[in-house]
Amino acid sequence: MSGAISFLDANLAIDLALLAMLVVLAAAIAMTRKLLAAILLMGVYSLVSAVWLVVMDAPDVAFTEAVVGAGVSTIVLLGAILLTRAEAEKTGWGRLIAPALIAVATGALLVYAALDLPSFGDPTSPANAYVGRTYLEVASRDTGAANVVTAVLASYRGFDTLGETTVIFAAGVGVALALGFGERAAPASRLMAGATGDHNVVLRVAAKLLIPIIALFAFYVQFHGDLGPGGGFQAGVILAVAVILHALVFGLRETMTAVKPSFARGVAALGVLLYSGIGVVCIVNGGGFLDYGHLFTAEIEAQIPPGLLGDPGATHHWGQHFGIFFIELGVLFTVAATMVTIFYGFAGRSPGGEAKL
Amino acid sequence: MSFLLDHLNYVAVVVLMMGGLFIVFSSGNLIKRMVGLAIFQTSTGLFYISLAKVSGGTAPIMINAASKEGQALAAELDLAYVAAHGLDGVVYSNPLPHVLILTAIVVGVSTLAVGLAIAVRLREAYGTLEADEIAALDRETPKSTGAGP
Amino acid sequence: MTDALPLVGGGLAIAGVLLVLLGAIGVLRFPDVYTRIHAASITDTGGASLMILGLCLIAGLSPITLKLVIAWAFIMVTCPAAAHALANAAFSSGHSPWIGSFRIMRESDEQAAVQTGPQTGPQTGPKKPGPKKPGLQKQ
Repeated sequence: MSGAISFLDANLAIDLALLAMLVVLAAAIAMTRKLLAAILLMGVYSLVSAVWLVVMDAPDVAFTEAVVGAGVSTIVLLGAILLTRAEAEKTGWGRLIAPALIAVATGALLVYAALDLPSFGDPTSPANAYVGRTYLEVASRDTGAANVVTAVLASYRGFDTLGETTVIFAAGVGVALALGFGERAAPASRLMAGATGDHNVVLRVAAKLLIPIIALFAFYVQFHGDLGPGGGFQAGVILAVAVILHALVFGLRETMTAVKPSFARGVAALGVLLYSGIGVVCIVNGGGFLDYGHLFTAEIEAQIPPGLLGDPGATHHWGQHFGIFFIELGVLFTVAATMVTIFYGFAGRSPGGEAKL
Repeated sequence: MSFLLDHLNYVAVVVLMMGGLFIVFSSGNLIKRMVGLAIFQTSTGLFYISLAKVSGGTAPIMINAASKEGQALAAELDLAYVAAHGLDGVVYSNPLPHVLILTAIVVGVSTLAVGLAIAVRLREAYGTLEADEIAALDRETPKSTGAGP
Repeated sequence: MTDALPLVGGGLAIAGVLLVLLGAIGVLRFPDVYTRIHAASITDTGGASLMILGLCLIAGLSPITLKLVIAWAFIMVTCPAAAHALANAAFSSGHSPWIGSFRIMRESDEQAAVQTGPQTGPQTGPKKPGPKKPGLQKQ
């Protein structure tokens, strides 16, 4: 490992500096009693994690962490403290002893175990040398996607992704059942605090500039998931963030007129239906569940123009291309609609009681 | 020293994980516990990504070694290293943990949302968000509160 | 000349990083929320702009430069709006500035509330009455 990595030292320095910042942030979150401070520090924690993930060659994950952690997660936590209290009770020192001992003891055991792990960056470690390496070798050839992460997520491990999409949908249903569907939002919801005069004009102009661009960027990320970092999960969360921004600036009522809660719920269900529907179509055509090789019958596949992807000479796995396309679309629908439903649940509930009539 | 540097990532991940665990155990406030749980979850993500990193590697998106990016990457590396561990002249990081953590992050925020929804309902039912007070309210006998089973 | 451009770019990026550091120190050291907002906004307008300019010089003429310019435009739209939102929220919830005063006019002049300083220290004195909240605007 020694000879090749002349620039690893700079990488390692950045990596350790970012991890140190994360540790300091975690300590700050532990020490503060004000929940608003804890939530904003959590947002900063997510952003620093996203930067660390880029340094670790994981742009897909960094994308997701930045949008989810610094976007939706902060919004949902803020909604929760707006509906409850913004400050935690004081905990006496005695209460901290047992957790500290447990944390130190478990941490010591884990560090002792971690010393046996392979060196950081070792290309011959068991994690990097076998299955991961094989995916790198065959993914582009089998699926036609340059982004190996998307290929693995959507094709090789497509069944896992279906399960995760269903979990996200179930979480949206759970929040909607616990907090209401948001249809009974008060005319001026608490999230858009009463502003004096027309102080919102700057935010309204900025939002009008940004919301279309954010939505367009979400679709760009969705459809370029094969070629670069991106995919259904990131695009879904970005699209939901556009809707949430609209609600924060223009009021929840306006947004609910544009994106009705029933529409959001329907789209979420449609996403899961689309994903499993692709799997069923593959079974009907003679293959296994989500076996994209059997997505198209031979007659349909003969109808696809060979120049569709711009290279008439190359052989294309049309089942893989279209299968990945449709299931990513399903993931986009479910993730975006679920995040919007969750937001409506928190924002549409008035504090201290039932959703207002 | 190099052994320490090689494993410092994992030590940092363990510290973060224990920090999250400490927050969950020590705070009585339900929302702060959810934040601690979120820190715990993201720290396991950091662990996986640390395992996936290959030194000198790039993101697992296939690029052409002859292109500008490929040549810029290859300029910094030892040729023998690239030949031994690279694929068509480019060294990539391991994509499999990235896949696992990508979905884990979105699922994590979904479960955070469900937990917070339950916390909001608890606050409305019991009037407080501290776990001790909720437990005390639960332990009151039905005779004194007049509540049913 | 063109060989020096990456060096100049690196220097600008380092200057941007220093501005970010100064902004962070300012947030910690300044006495009240309005001055802190000003210090924090240096981080994105000054620091990020210099960093992006430096990176553009390092990248030369390429698609990367175009993407950096787009990112810069995005930052220039969002960050001042965020600083405005923060200052607006502080104003609406009645934060007095550390020194000086501002006069808040309401629909009727009799309701004008005057907030006065100078305060001798951070907000530890007796609480001054905040401006009268006008109530939620009719939609």
